[in-house]
Amino acid sequence: MPGPILVFVEQRDGKPKKQSLEALSEGRRLATALSVPVVAALFGEGVKPVAGTLAHYGADRILVGDSPNLRHYSTDGYAKLLGDAVQAAGAQAVLLSATAMGKDLAGYVAGGLETSVAADCTGTSVVDGKLQVRRPVYAGKAVVTLGFAKLPAVLTLRPNVFPLSAADTARTAPVEDVACPFGLADLKSVVKDVVTSAGKKIELTEANIIVSGGRGLKGPENFPLIEELAQVLGGAVGASRAVVDAGWRPHEDQVGQTGKTVSPSLYVAVGISGAIQHLAGMSSSKFIVAINKDPDAPIFKIADYGIVGDLFEVVPALTAAFRKFLGG
Amino acid sequence: MKIIVCVKRVPDTTTQVKVGPDGKSLDPAGVTFGPNPYDEFAVEEALRIKEKRAQGEVVVLSVGVAETAQVLRTYLAMGADRAILLKDDQPYRDNFAVASALASTIRTMPFDLLLFGKQAVDDDGSQVGSITARLLGIPVVNTVVKLELGEGKAKCHREIEGGHEEVEVTLPAAITTQKGLNEPRFASLTGIMAAKKKPFEEKPAPAGESRLQVLKMEPPPKRPAGRIVGKGLDGVPELVKALHDEAKVV
Repeated sequence: MPGPILVFVEQRDGKPKKQSLEALSEGRRLATALSVPVVAALFGEGVKPVAGTLAHYGADRILVGDSPNLRHYSTDGYAKLLGDAVQAAGAQAVLLSATAMGKDLAGYVAGGLETSVAADCTGTSVVDGKLQVRRPVYAGKAVVTLGFAKLPAVLTLRPNVFPLSAADTARTAPVEDVACPFGLADLKSVVKDVVTSAGKKIELTEANIIVSGGRGLKGPENFPLIEELAQVLGGAVGASRAVVDAGWRPHEDQVGQTGKTVSPSLYVAVGISGAIQHLAGMSSSKFIVAINKDPDAPIFKIADYGIVGDLFEVVPALTAAFRKFLGG
Repeated sequence: MKIIVCVKRVPDTTTQVKVGPDGKSLDPAGVTFGPNPYDEFAVEEALRIKEKRAQGEVVVLSVGVAETAQVLRTYLAMGADRAILLKDDQPYRDNFAVASALASTIRTMPFDLLLFGKQAVDDDGSQVGSITARLLGIPVVNTVVKLELGEGKAKCHREIEGGHEEVEVTLPAAITTQKGLNEPRFASLTGIMAAKKKPFEEKPAPAGESRLQVLKMEPPPKRPAGRIVGKGLDGVPELVKALHDEAKVV
């Protein structure tokens, strides 16, 4: 009898992350198709009060590790607890969001279960009662469909791809405590500090809207054009590899094959020609806008909407138009 | 300090991917293969650690086809001391099967630090470092952009959403390297000459059982054809309208 679907729910400051709730929503859909229950696992310190809300997104059982030892993330500590939970529940699959923590944790849990990770999945299905997933390879230049020769399956799901279910606040599920089996002294890796980048408000991989700038901006002094448009739209600022390599922007802003893979609702590419490495990082965006003076730029081939023109003229006008539109 | 760097031979990032006749793998015809960009940060960091301490050994290790030897020689030319190629004839090896092969070899070697690129730009899984570490019973820190070694410990800065985490880890440990950690050097001519005389061990990779099965590989779904909404300033009101009325994203 194949076991339940277990979903790891990451929290930040005691609040479940949206990306994890997307994974939980997808876990619910899969579990329904497989006729098995969903178990959610939430670790941290002082997290128990919010645990019940995971039922709203489909959890049938909620496991809570609430301990001062779990206050800071530790790969080996969290992996021990999660691996034990997977085995105790007899889960056939464990789902994590492919966040920095999820990616870090998945492999360490999988190693302990002597299995693989199907990483950064963008689709799941149930075929003949068995789980299959789809995931991009070669930076999105191809997609593979994978089956699992051995269970449990360990999956990470790409953020912003799987729809978040509407919360059913009437739904409840039992909350069970999981004892923390280790002390701080047993841990081999410990997070000592979390440093937030100065002035950064929205993380690229979590952003719903991204405005990215490329070499067409001619210099770092012109990036305020991008920042202003992003600000008006409530989005994050990205950059092409060319401008990161030129030192105009930090590496953490880079979108593309050697940078971040993003899938926002709206991606605005300004002065970016669309090298294949860049397209790889953003082509799963829901809507793509390109602003470029070269009508033959490859970015127009994948853009939903394009403006051929001088960005120094178009972008300020666009910022003003959106400011007026959204403000009014 | 003994450092092992695990590396991979991958298609060049400018490769146009075509699916092979089996419908499950990359058609290698016309594809240029070379070092994985993230591995270069790992090798560079290993060399810097060795140079700073003026002692130690840097071993580069890979599971791959015979042609992987070329990639390993590139790292010997950069300054690595010796190379081990676990020659692999399996058509497919998932992240667990790669990690098991690496771990079974690493288990027989003394080491203080195990480095990996944070991701190989073919499968893009970012998992082999973590799985290998777990199989070896050592801790792992992923996507590291700054590394400071202490006595029996290392302090790592790892990239997370909107900032970074400072992680303290006991050695031996596995660390996966992210762009920003350092600027990898180019091999010098003397390095290339010296590489030819460095120890190069080649042995069959242990059989590895993949847990994942590739059922098919396809081109990505085609995006619906877009349109140019206008030229220059004329496009601005059209774009605002399209994003609001059609796309409904603004």
